[in-house]
This record gives sequence, C-alpha cells and structure tokens, in this order.
Amino acid sequence: MFEKEGMMIDEAPMTYVKKINSHEFLLGHGKPTLLSQVDIELTERCNNNCIHCCINLPEDDADAESREMSTDFVKGILTEIASQGCLTVRFTGGEPLLRSDFSEIYLFTRRLGMRVILFTNARLITPELAELFARIPLGNLIEVSVYGMTSESYDRVAGCVGAYGEFRRGVELLQHYQVPFFVKGPKLRFLQDEQEEFEAWAKTIPSMEHQPPGYSMNFELRSRRDDPLKNRTITKLRATPEESVAMLSRDPLALEEMVVFCSNFIGPPGDTLFDCGAGHGCCIDSYGHAQLCLPLRDPESVVNLHDVSLKSVLEEAFPVMRQIKATNPDYLRRCARCFLKGLCEQCPAKSWMEYGTLDTPVEYFCEVAHAKARFLGLLGADEMGWEVENWRERVERPARSVEG
Amino acid sequence: MELTLDMICIPSEDIVARVIEDELVIVPLTAGIGDADDELYTMNETGKAIWLHLDGGTSLRTIVEELTAEFNATSEVIAEDVLGLVAELVQKKIVVVQ
Repeated sequence: MFEKEGMMIDEAPMTYVKKINSHEFLLGHGKPTLLSQVDIELTERCNNNCIHCCINLPEDDADAESREMSTDFVKGILTEIASQGCLTVRFTGGEPLLRSDFSEIYLFTRRLGMRVILFTNARLITPELAELFARIPLGNLIEVSVYGMTSESYDRVAGCVGAYGEFRRGVELLQHYQVPFFVKGPKLRFLQDEQEEFEAWAKTIPSMEHQPPGYSMNFELRSRRDDPLKNRTITKLRATPEESVAMLSRDPLALEEMVVFCSNFIGPPGDTLFDCGAGHGCCIDSYGHAQLCLPLRDPESVVNLHDVSLKSVLEEAFPVMRQIKATNPDYLRRCARCFLKGLCEQCPAKSWMEYGTLDTPVEYFCEVAHAKARFLGLLGADEMGWEVENWRERVERPARSVEG
Repeated sequence: MELTLDMICIPSEDIVARVIEDELVIVPLTAGIGDADDELYTMNETGKAIWLHLDGGTSLRTIVEELTAEFNATSEVIAEDVLGLVAELVQKKIVVVQ
C-alpha cells in the first residue's frame, strides 16, 4: 500500500498473502514459472519385474547401480533446478525407493522448497518412511501402481512372489500415517474380473474419493530398445483398438474430455516433430542424462549433465532439438497430414521405441487413433485421417456428442 | 495473542521462502502450515517489502522505521501494513513471534 519513487506498490490490499494456483504452475501474477516440473528417474532397477514394463532392470543389477547418479550429483541437479525456479520434482524409476539414499534426497528436495511427486509400487514403504512423509509432506501426491487385488494376480503381473503382501503393507502404512496417495494400474485382460473390486477399494482411499484410478492400456515398448522378447509380450498385452474404444465409451467423463480435447488439439501437425511439451521442462534419467521427455532415450537426443549444465541444456540444446523436422516420406504422407494428431499417441519417443527412428508412423497407435476417431464420428469406416480435407467441420460437429 | 510493534518475528523453520521470477514464494515444509499441505503462497508487493525485513533480529517497530525511510508513506500507514501482514503470517504459521 506504500509507494516508492512516486509509484504505488499496491492498491489497498484485502490480504497480503495469496495462495498460488500451483497445479497450473502459475505464480501470483499469473506468470508461468520457467521450469515448473522436472522428472528425475532415480534408478531403472525395480523390485518388481512387471510383464508390461518398458524400463525395469533387476533390482540387483550391479552394473546399472554402479552407473546411477551419485547422491551428490542428484543434489547438484536439484540445486540447479531450484535455482531455475522449479516448483515440483517427480521421482520415478524403476522403483525409486530402492535407492538407499532416497530419504536424504527427498529431504534435500523439500528443503530447497520444491514439492515432490513420487511414483512407487509401495513395497518398500517402511514405518520410518511413512512417518517422514507425514511429518514433512510431499506437497503433492504419491502415485502407487497397483497390479492386482489378489496375491495370485498381483504377483503374476509383478513377476515376483510375495510382492502383493508387501504392497498391501506399504499402502496400509501410508493410510495409517494419513499420507495421501493415488492408485493406478495397468488394464490387463486377466485383471478384468478384479476391476470392480479395485475401483471400489480406490474409492475408500480418502484422497481418491472424487477421482477414479488411472489406467494404462496402450503399453509402450522397451524404451531402451533392449529386450525384443519382452517387446513381443508387451505387444500381446496391449489393448486392441476395439478394447481402447470400449474403455473410452465406458467412462462418460473420459469421453467428454476426449471430445473437448479433439475440438482444441486436433489438426495436422505438419513436419514439426516436437509439437508437444517435450523440452519445455526436463527429464533426467538414472545416469544423469537430460532428456526432452521421459521415454525418449535416443542417444542422439540426450545430453550428459556430467558434461553440460542444465541451464545450457534448457536454453541451447533443447530449443535446437525441438526444431527437428520429419523427413521420413511415410511420416510426411501420413502423420504430417493427419488431423487425428490430438487423438494419436504417435510421437518421436514412441517412434524411437518401436522402430529406432524419430519419425516412423507407429502402426499400433495409428490403428487405435483411427478406431477412436470412427467411434467419435470423425471418420467414415474406410477413411484415413490424412485423407480428410474438411476436418475442421468434422471437429466442430462430431457425429457422437457427449450426450449422444 | 495481540501483535505489538515491540515484537520480533522470524520466518518459521517449517517453511522455505524462495524468490522465483522476482516473486516471493512460500513453500510449506511441514504439515500444518497454511490451510493444506499442497498449497504455496506468494505475497503482494507490500508484503514482499515487509518480508525482506523480517530477519528475526529486528523489532516490528524498527522495521516500520526502516520502511518509512525507504518508502513515501507515513509511519502510521506502514505500521498498519506491517501488523496486518504479520498477523496473516502468524495465523498461517509462516512466521513465529520470538
């Protein structure tokens, strides 16, 4: 309310302190932060060996462990991203709790004034860790992956005998210490009979009262392109285009969101490969490489933070990478001209995981997107998205509305 | 507790204050700060100017004097702002009275 050099600082304030709309990462003046969130993969090792996982290595993989970022290196990165204005750090893996220094890293992050999102299977939650999360809350949520509601189904997905019991004990500890968490899980055919039970249980979790669990169903192949055999399994586990549509139609909320999304984010992307958010934030893999996004591990598109500062990655390397154009004639003929871009999971990361290039159309995601588009009335039975010229009219008036 | 200008206040050890893009951001560290565990706070320019003087070694009265010398406002107006801000911060447990 007072002034300096003839300028009023504030009009008479009703309050001096304002809450920040932190979920939109906007500061009090409505400005976005420079670096709202950073994803840090603390390890690729995992105590589960899930049948659909795109990244996990065995928990006792000594070679992987020896190459992982040291505690001091992680702290250095955390200090740097805090200095860039980062508000939230997401720790993921692998299973991040496998690291013996997890609590130290967690406390260091919180004391830098950053909030934490933790992806975990909860098997390694101890009373000490749950008490720590209660005493010094994450400021955000823990997301617990759930692989079944019985020991038989869970352990089958997790590839590990006894995993279910440890998972239940972990979530019970979180509940006992009133640590908020979300649950999510893979949509696998042999878990179908447990879905109702899973969703009923999820509703009993206080932080999930108004939010159904999240599902993954269009699984990604191995993101290091390291296991062709497992890729074959993952391919078989993926939801078919028909199953993807069935899932969409089952959830009126998801359907509504999809229709709104279509009207806002549909249209041919042209030859620009990175028209997504990749590279606007930052992801860091277990070994200290900055990546445009978490699944994009193409060696040509990652930067070793042991050699280069994160600031220069954000200001110099990533903006250049984001300018990369597609050159694959098949991509230019199809994806570049396809108005279903907003419905399709095609992206450079998925292309790299499937084919080892950034600009190859991924047939599976193409089929899923076309099935959804036909369901939404955006496409005729035999039409392809890149053939449609009057796509704006179709997006404005899809045959299937939310009410329909 | 009624706040007076003779009191000395200091930012709580249970928060982290950061300046991001020239804006002061208060990040609660422990449970029970503010209204919910996942909230962040910022301050208007008046609040920020006062906050920068809350060093734990200076009485609110001295802060008023410092700000009066710095800004074009009467000490009465500034004292009202200082007590108003500190009352909000104490209520939210962002600062503590020593």
